[in-house]
Amino acid sequence: MISTYDAVVIGAGIVGAACACELARAGMRTAIVEASIVGGGATAAGMGHIVVMDDSPAQLALTQYSQSLWNEIAPQLPANVEYDRCGTLWIAADDEEMQEVRRKQAVYASVNVRTEVLDSRALSEAEPNLRRPLAGALLVPSDAVLYPPCAAVYLLECAKQAGAALYIGNAVAKAERGRVTFSDGTELSAALIIHATGAGATRLMPHLPIRKRKGHLVITDRYPDFVRHQLVELGYLKSAHSITSDSVAFNVQPRRTGQLLIGSSRQYDNEGAGVDQKVVSAMLARAFDYIPSMKELSSIRVWTGFRAATPDKLPLIGPTEDPSVFLATGHEGLGITTSLATARLLTDHLLQRGTSIPLGPYLPERFAREVIYA
Amino acid sequence: MPERITLTINGRWCEALEGTTVAAAIMNAGAACRASATGELRGPLCGMGICFECRAIVNGKPHQRTCQMLCEAGMEVNTQ
Repeated sequence: MISTYDAVVIGAGIVGAACACELARAGMRTAIVEASIVGGGATAAGMGHIVVMDDSPAQLALTQYSQSLWNEIAPQLPANVEYDRCGTLWIAADDEEMQEVRRKQAVYASVNVRTEVLDSRALSEAEPNLRRPLAGALLVPSDAVLYPPCAAVYLLECAKQAGAALYIGNAVAKAERGRVTFSDGTELSAALIIHATGAGATRLMPHLPIRKRKGHLVITDRYPDFVRHQLVELGYLKSAHSITSDSVAFNVQPRRTGQLLIGSSRQYDNEGAGVDQKVVSAMLARAFDYIPSMKELSSIRVWTGFRAATPDKLPLIGPTEDPSVFLATGHEGLGITTSLATARLLTDHLLQRGTSIPLGPYLPERFAREVIYA
Repeated sequence: MPERITLTINGRWCEALEGTTVAAAIMNAGAACRASATGELRGPLCGMGICFECRAIVNGKPHQRTCQMLCEAGMEVNTQ
């Protein structure tokens, strides 16, 4: 006999776990399926930044909405999620980047995100290990960091408590027309199927406009208080969002453990999981340029992961041509932040409850339309 | 006979024979090299620089593998 569900979520990364939690809490009979381990894909590979980003109005709306949802659950997060509202410092190296600080502050102010401009001296007091002089920074105090795999496990536990079933260790071979078929031939029946498989989404749906964007991260031993905020260079916006080329940017994140995550790199058309020493060297050189004494620290591990990148840097949330199939993927480097909003928007849409922000910019059909009229 | 040299371990002057590893000097002083993230006391396990259990702060630098370092006169060692 085939088990029947209202909704089956494929993929127990942070986005899938959040979706299962929302759907189950909304009273749907929900299952979540995971081929490998919970939170073991891009969720485990990335940094855990809960950040408001202003690359586009739609990105700003989604990240701000999602951050507000994280703020709601922050008091309930278990200690192993290592949630820490350390704030983000967007660092301006020169006067030109200071203009970007003021532009960014105006954008944040327009949506009531409180920020503070630090001058050169205030920045060196806030982060004594940064090179001097730097022009200044924009402090966004409401941004946070967390440890994403444990956040995914927590959301999954919430889903289970709300009645969701977990199927683990069995890969999905096919998921369409109300039916999920595992590679061993067993099946689930589902009125709704939600693909939350990140950069792996094209395995089952090759036509999706998703490309794997490889990233490298380094983690150090424990150096408490060496860095106090999430640090991002303002040049990051230029380099991280140039769609075409490989890039590295300075991005350091302090963990609750005292460890430092050092990033970041972005590469297309490199689907091997191996560490590319040239990329790591370039990434570390960038970090040492901003924090010279970082050279003295011990790193303990380097790894890679794959972001699910879309052409317009916005996720795919919502229905597809198959009336049973919905998407929750394409979050690129923002999936930790935007997981909760994705789950809430999708559930509100499915239940026709009306969404808190317009779903339009994230609907998968925006790409289908381009194909039709191209 | 190797020469005796003096160094500080957690602020106390200690003597060690030249050629002694810092890890051995820490143990001779009755200290543990470090406490783990959960507060367990740790000291040298492999003794050959692989396990990282013997890390301590040497001359202000944290996370030094003390089993791979020899004592030097005037060295400042602190457990971490």
